[in-house]
Amino acid sequence: MSEGVYGKVGLVFVSHSSQIAAGLVELARQMAPTAALEPAGGTDDGRIGTSFDLVSAAIVAADSGNGVVVLCDLGSAILTTETALDFLDDELRARTRLVDAPLVEGGVAASVAAEAGDSLEAVVAAAESARGDGGSGRTSPKPAAEDAGVPSAGTGASGYSRTVTLVNADGLHARPAAEIVKLAATFEHRVTVNGADAKSLLGIMSLGLTKGAEVEIATDDAAGSGEVDALAALAASGFGEH
Amino acid sequence: MGLDITWAVDWVRRSADRIAEHRVELITLDREIGDGDHGENMDRGFQAVAAKLDDLPAGSTPGDVLKLVATTLISTVGGAAGPLYGTAYLKASGAIGGATSLDGPAVAGLLVAARDGIVSRGKAEPGDKTMVDAWTPAVDAAEAAAGAGADAAEVFAAAADAAEAGAVATEPLVARKGRASYLGERSAGHRDPGAESSALLLRAGADAAADGAGA
Repeated sequence: MSEGVYGKVGLVFVSHSSQIAAGLVELARQMAPTAALEPAGGTDDGRIGTSFDLVSAAIVAADSGNGVVVLCDLGSAILTTETALDFLDDELRARTRLVDAPLVEGGVAASVAAEAGDSLEAVVAAAESARGDGGSGRTSPKPAAEDAGVPSAGTGASGYSRTVTLVNADGLHARPAAEIVKLAATFEHRVTVNGADAKSLLGIMSLGLTKGAEVEIATDDAAGSGEVDALAALAASGFGEH
Repeated sequence: MGLDITWAVDWVRRSADRIAEHRVELITLDREIGDGDHGENMDRGFQAVAAKLDDLPAGSTPGDVLKLVATTLISTVGGAAGPLYGTAYLKASGAIGGATSLDGPAVAGLLVAARDGIVSRGKAEPGDKTMVDAWTPAVDAAEAAAGAGADAAEVFAAAADAAEAGAVATEPLVARKGRASYLGERSAGHRDPGAESSALLLRAGADAAADGAGA
């Protein structure tokens, strides 16, 4: 019998602190309202530590048959999780991945991927993109385009790009960045936002773009122009914020 | 004389007593270089195991006792010691299987499996200032004793002696694993609490064997 959320990879956040695990679920929930996010923080009786039983139960609760990604904080959380994996039934163990990534950043990135319905390996990759070893998809920022203000279109030798100005108050903070990633997850072509891969939540967020910033949305493949237009429209819309 | 179910139960009871007696000492050691919960966690875990001993079904083997210790520690010890010791007892249980009486080589095999379980779970190596630094000399001494024809109680005693020396020898080491590794050079000058609790547990097993052999 499966629990979790049908069709989506589940996530388990293991922390020594129940408040950290629960707080991370709350944070990630902003960008992943429906994915299965299970906290496993603290010991059975609410002390600081990790619990074999809580971790085991959380993995079962997060699984819908599409797999589970587990992120941990300090060392013994990993030991507890590995022990829990040893005791899972073979099928569930085979589709559960313990990922070595920063708990908060990796957890949020993985949550967005899980929400988008990504495969188990793609959710693992999203979590690992938070490791800061060059996997974030961020490249060096490009200078802002000259033609600010209204959305403008341009074509390179073979690519296509548009520059828009962010109008919402807080710029590309977590929720709008997640909106971009969710839309980009449906694209067939590689699209970048100021050089960062539009499918990389952390890449987008680490651009640190605020209200009034100019954003160049581009693809090297002219066939992706419709996708660039869609993303430009989303960015110019203010993401429903003011 | 081989070690039987009576010994195994006595080992657990003595372990619980020893850990309780040294609870404050373990807390102090762990507070110096860790998070201070080792004595508390180990005491809670072994009290929980001791409470379950009376429920062991008739005909239980030493391996059944070790498995009970493993599953209880995994569920009740909140720190790294739970999975580490839990894995150790689980592997030890597997090594002796359904044997009802353990001779010298069987005891050595039990200890080797326990040490290997800890190493596979924690990935620590000798010299990292962890419980492995008590277990490695203990296993070496046990194998040497068993190879020389020592009986089960003598093998266990050799392991306990070597574990105690190994725990003391962790004092000058700089931690490379676990919470103490965050302290770097500052971890030197303190005994590793996991190595110390390992020595206590092996001494409890040796004492149980010595008393059983003399009875």
